Amino acid sequence: MHSFGYRANALLTFSLTALAFICAIASFSDNFSNQNPSAEIQIVNINRFKKQSYGNDEVSLTLDITADLQSLFTWNTKQVFAFVAAEYETPKNSLNQVSLWDAIIPDKEHAKFRVQTSNKYRFIDQGHNLRGKEFNLTLHWHVMPKTGKMFADKIVMPGYSLPDAYK
Amino acid sequence: MGLVGETVDSIKSIKIRQLLTQAVTLGMIVTSALIIWKALMCVTGTESPVVVVLSGSMEPGFKRGDILFLTMTKDPIRTGEIVVFNVDGRDIPIVHRAIKVHERENTGHVDVLTKGDNNDVDDIGLYADGQFWLHRHHIMGRAVGFLPYVGWVTIIMSEKPIIKYILIGALGLLVITSKD
Repeated sequence: MHSFGYRANALLTFSLTALAFICAIASFSDNFSNQNPSAEIQIVNINRFKKQSYGNDEVSLTLDITADLQSLFTWNTKQVFAFVAAEYETPKNSLNQVSLWDAIIPDKEHAKFRVQTSNKYRFIDQGHNLRGKEFNLTLHWHVMPKTGKMFADKIVMPGYSLPDAYK
Repeated sequence: MGLVGETVDSIKSIKIRQLLTQAVTLGMIVTSALIIWKALMCVTGTESPVVVVLSGSMEPGFKRGDILFLTMTKDPIRTGEIVVFNVDGRDIPIVHRAIKVHERENTGHVDVLTKGDNNDVDDIGLYADGQFWLHRHHIMGRAVGFLPYVGWVTIIMSEKPIIKYILIGALGLLVITSKD
């Protein structure tokens, strides 16, 4: 009952259980944080708007993104993954979401930023429905913790639209 | 002669009974582990409720050796979700983020494009030849939680099988030599 093997086993089990418990509590404490992120996006310029050889529309635009995501960081946060997506509807598809830009925010100091960038990923439609299309720009964030439950949310900014003719 | 024979018999019977008890105990442990695993599969709705991250394509968020907890609900797939999918013909599941979603009117059929956070290009190169989108039946689950470092045990055991045998041998030895 007091051999080395038994003691090692008991120690290991207890330490693993205690660790698991601490991880669970750390994750649970994330529920109590008060979060109020804010963001604003402006389309600076539509650089290119044409129909590809396959028949799909493609847009290239420059965005000006201002955001304050500092309130999302808790002591249990490892990083926040933020991305901007365009959401719109077409006759064939009830929902299209295309991610245009993303960034990894490693800590609170970097969470308040303003960046002007052209879209990192190609904005291509399934079809050629984009002329004059109205769309929402959404800023999503995905909080990745040091341990435990991840959570994600978004801000939807409606009211953007594409020009009526190819450029 | 009869007394010796009786003693020998009683010793043998004790040993057999003890052996059987130990075998049953071992069987109970293995079976309850299996029950817990299957119950987890039911609760989370996916065939593999826990996966180990094997590559560095989602760093710095998920490093090699972390474990991810997955669920699968009937909710539609949206961008930003970290999905686990199997490509036809490959047996290792891949954990990446959905960056493009096109959902059809009425049928709910969805085309999804994924990309690892740490990769420069999207996953089209990983899909099967001629495949440009993932569909719902490729996706096994969504990641909802994670624990760091715990997955190294699995990685070590699969990359150096010797360690697996040593562990099982040691466990077996412990069970056999224990007095209860």
